[in-house]
Amino acid sequence: MSKKHISTVINGDAMEFLASPEQSLLDILRDELELTGSKEGCGTGDCGACSIMLDGRLVCSCLVLGVEADGKNIDTIEGMGNGSDMHPLQKKFLEHAALQCGICTPGILIAAKALLEKKPDPTEEEVRYWLAGNLCRCTGYDKIVRAVLDTAADMRAA
Amino acid sequence: MEYFAPTQASEATALLKKEGAYVLAGGTDLLVKLKSRMLKPNVVIDLKALPKIKAIEKTTSGWWIGAATPCAEITEHEELTKEWPGVCEALGLIGSTQIQGRASLGGNLCNASPAADSVPAVIAANTICVIATENGEREDLVENIVLSPGVTSLKPGEFILGFKLPRSQGRSGDSYLRLIPRTEMDIAVVGVGVSLSLDKAGNLETIRVCLGAVAPRQVLLPDLQKTCIGKQPSEELVQTLVELARKACSPINDKRGTVDYRTTVAGVLTKRAFKIALERAQAK
Repeated sequence: MSKKHISTVINGDAMEFLASPEQSLLDILRDELELTGSKEGCGTGDCGACSIMLDGRLVCSCLVLGVEADGKNIDTIEGMGNGSDMHPLQKKFLEHAALQCGICTPGILIAAKALLEKKPDPTEEEVRYWLAGNLCRCTGYDKIVRAVLDTAADMRAA
Repeated sequence: MEYFAPTQASEATALLKKEGAYVLAGGTDLLVKLKSRMLKPNVVIDLKALPKIKAIEKTTSGWWIGAATPCAEITEHEELTKEWPGVCEALGLIGSTQIQGRASLGGNLCNASPAADSVPAVIAANTICVIATENGEREDLVENIVLSPGVTSLKPGEFILGFKLPRSQGRSGDSYLRLIPRTEMDIAVVGVGVSLSLDKAGNLETIRVCLGAVAPRQVLLPDLQKTCIGKQPSEELVQTLVELARKACSPINDKRGTVDYRTTVAGVLTKRAFKIALERAQAK
């Protein structure tokens, strides 16, 4: 069970780590790199709480092996904004109270950002289908969908 | 567990002969089985560093789709989706946006689920798969790969490199429809793929209809040559197809559908999928 040396770029910074082949990328992010913003809900790709961008593609980090990340570009919720400089989606989620317990929120923000980059003017139906892989057991989704649509409208006007 | 990412197919086939070796493409099935400890591999062989395994290429005879190409890349390919809308729609139905970013056609086929969404569509499209073997490569029709749930005809050491989708020429069209109890993120109760072409008079020149989730493996409707070729796509012909589809069903009874329900729905979806493929062909 020898560990492999992996070089990545995470949120724009070059980062290296040692990964054993069984570790998922989510385990590496949380346990080795202390990037605990990505959450483990199910660990089987059903809930989307661990969503990240891998080479510009939205994926569940629980379904990627850490060793597969070698040479890859990774974007996590930690790179999206911080307390003083939030992404428009993060501001809208607060405004609309689009979160309660918050476990699903990092994954939903990452997924919603990916949608708006691809489609700046999504319909409600498109938002709901795009986010179908992000489960939320608190909000009933409505406030989330409204926050995403409202952000899209604001970003188009800006 | 050891992890390898070979850059040559011959290395991969050699590694795959090791005890407890499994291939990794998008990982959306394999990693779930690792997590639940259903599988405890000694060796995992990541295929994604192999040449052309993540490529989509237009060829002289049609299309090459690398076995590990993520669904999202396939469904975003404008020219391919225009030529094979049914195949691309089927791939687009697999899982969530996140799953689409990783799941592959090769994985969906080799997972060998009778309910796999992409498989009836690619079988209807008369797709060939290119298989890496110890002695190079061999080709086989996709309909010969799945034998029963979880079992394929691939021999030890073999894996799929990619798919050869033929050129969809002239007045041709394809479609895939499935029924699920919800609007998204579920497993097909019935899936139907149809691919057909019309001659100048508007009669059927070729037709292939493949059913999913109604038998231990995908079912390609037999004898369509006799019943359909050269004939007008009339309501009578549609009714014949519906009956043939229902006759071909030998489904299981489970929480998602009874035998009667699946058999009935197979007919309904065959009719609807046929009409979509026909409209697509007639529009050309």
